Amino acid sequence: MSETPASETPGSETPGSETPGTPVVRVVGLHREYGREAGLVRAVDGVDLEVAAGETLAVMGPSGCGKSTLLHLLGGLDRPTAGEIWLSGQRVDQMSERALGRLRRDGVGFVFQAFHLMDELTAVENVELPALLAGRSPRAARRRAAELLDRVGLADRASFLPSALSGGQRQRVAVARALSNDPLVVLADEPTGNLDSEATVDVLRLFEELHEAGQTLVVVTHDARIAATADRLISMRDGAFVDETRLTGGSSGQLGALAGLEG
Amino acid sequence: MGRLALIGRLAARDLRRRPAQAGLLLIAIMAATTTLTLALALHGVTGHPYQRTRAATAGPDVVAEYGPPGTGQPSQPSQPSQPSQPSQPSQPVTPDARPLIHAPGVTEHSGPFLAASVLLRAHGIAVSVLAEGRAPGRAKVDQPLVTSGTWVRPGTVVLERTLATALGVRPGDAVTLGGRRFKVAGTAVSAAQTPFPNMCEAGCMTSGGGPGPGLAWVTPASARALARQAAWIYVLNLRLTDPGRAPALAAEFGQNRRLTPAASLLIPWQVVRNADGLLVADEQSVLEPGSWLLGLLAVATVGVLTGGRVAEQARRVGRLKAAGGTPGLIAAVLLAENLALALVAAAAGLAAGWLAAPLLTSPGAGLVGAPGAPSLTPSTIGLVAAMALAVALVATLVPALRAARTSTVVALADTARPPRRRHALIAVTRRLPAPLLIGLRLAGRRPRRLVLSMASTTVTAAGIVAVLAFHAMSDAHRVAAASGLANPVATRDGQVLAVLTVALIALAGLNAVVTTWATVLDTRHSAALTRALGATPGQVSAGLSAAQLIAALPGVLLGIPAGLLLYKVANGSGQLVTPPAWWLASAAAGILAAVAALAVVSARAGTRAAVARTLQAETA
Repeated sequence: MSETPASETPGSETPGSETPGTPVVRVVGLHREYGREAGLVRAVDGVDLEVAAGETLAVMGPSGCGKSTLLHLLGGLDRPTAGEIWLSGQRVDQMSERALGRLRRDGVGFVFQAFHLMDELTAVENVELPALLAGRSPRAARRRAAELLDRVGLADRASFLPSALSGGQRQRVAVARALSNDPLVVLADEPTGNLDSEATVDVLRLFEELHEAGQTLVVVTHDARIAATADRLISMRDGAFVDETRLTGGSSGQLGALAGLEG
Repeated sequence: MGRLALIGRLAARDLRRRPAQAGLLLIAIMAATTTLTLALALHGVTGHPYQRTRAATAGPDVVAEYGPPGTGQPSQPSQPSQPSQPSQPSQPVTPDARPLIHAPGVTEHSGPFLAASVLLRAHGIAVSVLAEGRAPGRAKVDQPLVTSGTWVRPGTVVLERTLATALGVRPGDAVTLGGRRFKVAGTAVSAAQTPFPNMCEAGCMTSGGGPGPGLAWVTPASARALARQAAWIYVLNLRLTDPGRAPALAAEFGQNRRLTPAASLLIPWQVVRNADGLLVADEQSVLEPGSWLLGLLAVATVGVLTGGRVAEQARRVGRLKAAGGTPGLIAAVLLAENLALALVAAAAGLAAGWLAAPLLTSPGAGLVGAPGAPSLTPSTIGLVAAMALAVALVATLVPALRAARTSTVVALADTARPPRRRHALIAVTRRLPAPLLIGLRLAGRRPRRLVLSMASTTVTAAGIVAVLAFHAMSDAHRVAAASGLANPVATRDGQVLAVLTVALIALAGLNAVVTTWATVLDTRHSAALTRALGATPGQVSAGLSAAQLIAALPGVLLGIPAGLLLYKVANGSGQLVTPPAWWLASAAAGILAAVAALAVVSARAGTRAAVARTLQAETA
C-alpha cells in the first residue's frame, strides 16, 4: 500500500470539495485501549473503515460499544493506541496537537449530543466562532454565520442566547457551527440523543439536506430513524464492527415514514 | 455528637482525597502565621538580656560624659552626632565630678575615666571608637564583663563584643588605635553604653562618623597617650538609690549648672536599654508589615484554592444534598476542612516563629548571653490563631455559602455558575487574533476571579515595591556611612528583608500558579470546546496567559503606589522613599513576566488532556 507522507498541516484543497467516491476518511487497524492488565478496556478493537466523499455513514451499537470513541479518534479529539487514521490523504494519528487543531479547524465539523454551545454567546456568535479562530475577517465570519443560520432555519434567532433556544434549535445552531469552515467531514455524536421527537425530525431533515448537498457525514447514533437516512450503516459491538449494511439513502419519504409524521 | 462526627469524617475524607491542595493551603497560611509570630515575639525580646547584662556588669544608673571646657552643648540622643573635636587637641583636664558624686540620690560611682575618640584599624577597616581608660582592678560601677580573652593589660585593648564581631577580630589579633599598635586582649560587654553601632542612639559627645562609634577599653596610660592627639571626654558612672528615677534625676542634674558643666551629657540606663532594642525594633518594622502582606497574600491564595475546590466539589455537594445533607451541613463540612488546616497552620507557624526568633535577635552580642527563644504569650498565640482562622473563615465563607445554596440538580450536573455575557467585550474581541480573543473572553466569563487575581497581584507587587523601597533606603544609609564596615543593624535588617522577600515571592508564585490553575479548571470545558472548534493548544495556552496578564497589569500598577505607601507607614518616620524608576519598571516587568510564564506552564498542563475526555467528563 502506498502511503502519503505524514503532514503537519491539512491539505490545501478546499474542504468539502472532495470528488464523490474518493475516500475522505480511511482507517486501518484502529485500536484504542484504556487501563492495564485486568482493567484493560478495548474501546476500539481493530477497526478498518473507509468513508467516501459525500457519503453519509451511520454507526450504531449499544452504549459503551466504542462508537463515540471511534468518532473522537476520527476527528483528532483523542489519539489511538494503534492503527492509522487518514483524512483526505493525510495521516491524522501522527499529527502534532497543533496540526490536529488546524485539522479540526479546517477539515472537521463536530456536532455533539450535549450541543456544547458557549452559553454567553448568541447563536450567531457561536456559529461564527470557528471562522474567527481560523483567522477569517469578522465581517466574512458574520456573513457566513448568518447564511448558515438561515440555512438551518434560525435566521430569526440569530441574536438569541442558547438558554433562550429549544433543544432542537440549539442542535441546529451546533450543526450550523460545524459547517462554519466548510469541513471535509461532519462528525455527529448522538445528535438527537437529547431531543424530543419534533426536534429530532428537524435535525433529521437538516442532516438529509446536508447529505443531498454532498456533505460527508459520519453519525453515531442510537436512533434508527437517523440511521435510515444514511447511505451505509455499520453496527458496532465491543469495539469492533459486526455488521455493515448498504442503504438506499435517506429521502423525505423514508424519513417521514420512519418518524411517523408524514405519509 | 453524631452530626459533629459526620462533619469531621466528611472533612477528613475530603482532605485526604486532595492532599496537594491541602498542603498548599497549609503552606500559604503557615507562611503568614510564622511571620506574624516572629513580629509579635520580638516585642521586648531584648529586655531580659539587658537586665542580665546590667546585673552582671554592675551597670550604672546614669552615665555622665564631660567634654573639654568650651565644646558647647553635647549632641542630643537619637540624633547622628557630629564630631566634637576641638580644632586643636587639648590636654585632658579631669573634670570636677564631686558635685555630681555627692548629689542627692547618688550612692556609688566609678570614674571619671578618660576616653579618647580615635580610629581603630583592623583587617583594613577603619572605625571610630571611644577608647576608655580602665584600671586592671574591678570598678564598683560598670565593670565590663569579659566574654573572651582577658581584661586590659598594658599594651592591649579589649573590644566591645559586637564591635569585635563586626570587625572579625579575636583575642590575640593586632589592631591600631590612633595609629598605635595594640594587641586585642579580649572582648567584653557593658550595660553602660549601647553596643556598636548604636552607641550614639543613647547620646554621646564624640563620634567619628560612620556606623559607630564602637567602644574599647585600654589602660589609663594608653588612654592618656591617645587623648593627646584626639578628641576626648571623661566618663562618670553613677549608681542611684532609686534606679527607676534615673531619667528624672538625669534631667534634673543636667539642668543644674552647680552639678554639671555646660559641656556634659547625662544618660539614664533606660535610654541605653531602649537604644539596645533598636536592632530588634528595626527588624520588627520590617517583619510586621511583612507579616500582614503575607497574610493578605495567604487570604488571596486560600480564597482561590477554596474557590477552586468548591467549583470542583460541585458534584460532591450535589451527592451530599441528594443523600439528605442540609445546606448547613455542606457549609460546615467545607468550613471544617479549612478551619482544621488553619489550626494546624497556626500551631506550625507559632512553633516555627518561636524557633526562628532567636536567630533574628542573636546580634544582641553586646548583651550577656543570647536572648533565647521568646516566650509565647497567650496574646501572641491568640492573635496568630485568630489570624489563621480569619484567613480561612473569610476565604471559605462565600464559596461555602454558594455551594450550600446551589440546587441539588444543578450541583449533580456539575454545571458551574453561568458565565457572564459581556456584549462589548465579545464585539471587540471578534476583531482580535485568536489567542487574545480566547483570553479576553475567558477573562470576561469570570469577573470575580479576575478581581481576585488582580488583588493578589496588587498585594504581591506592593510587597515587592515595599522591599525595594527598603533596599533603596538601606543603600542611601550605606553610602552615607561609607566606612567600609558593614553596619550590623543594616546587615541584619537586610537578612530579615531577604527572608521576607523570598517568602513573599514564593507565596506570590504559589498564588499565581493556584490562580491560573483555578482558571484552567474553571475554563477546561470552554478551552476543550475551543480546541474542538479548531484552536491549537498554543492558542489556548496563550489565551489563558493573556487572561492572567489582563488581571495582573492593573494589579501591578496599583501595587506600586500601594507598596510605596506601605513602606512609608512601615518605616515609622513617615518618609516616602521612592526607589529608582528602573527598579520599579524592572519589578513590574518581572512580575508580569513571571505571571505569564506561570500561566503558560499551568495552561499547558491543563491542555494536555485529550479534548474528548474533557468534553465527556463535563457531560457525563
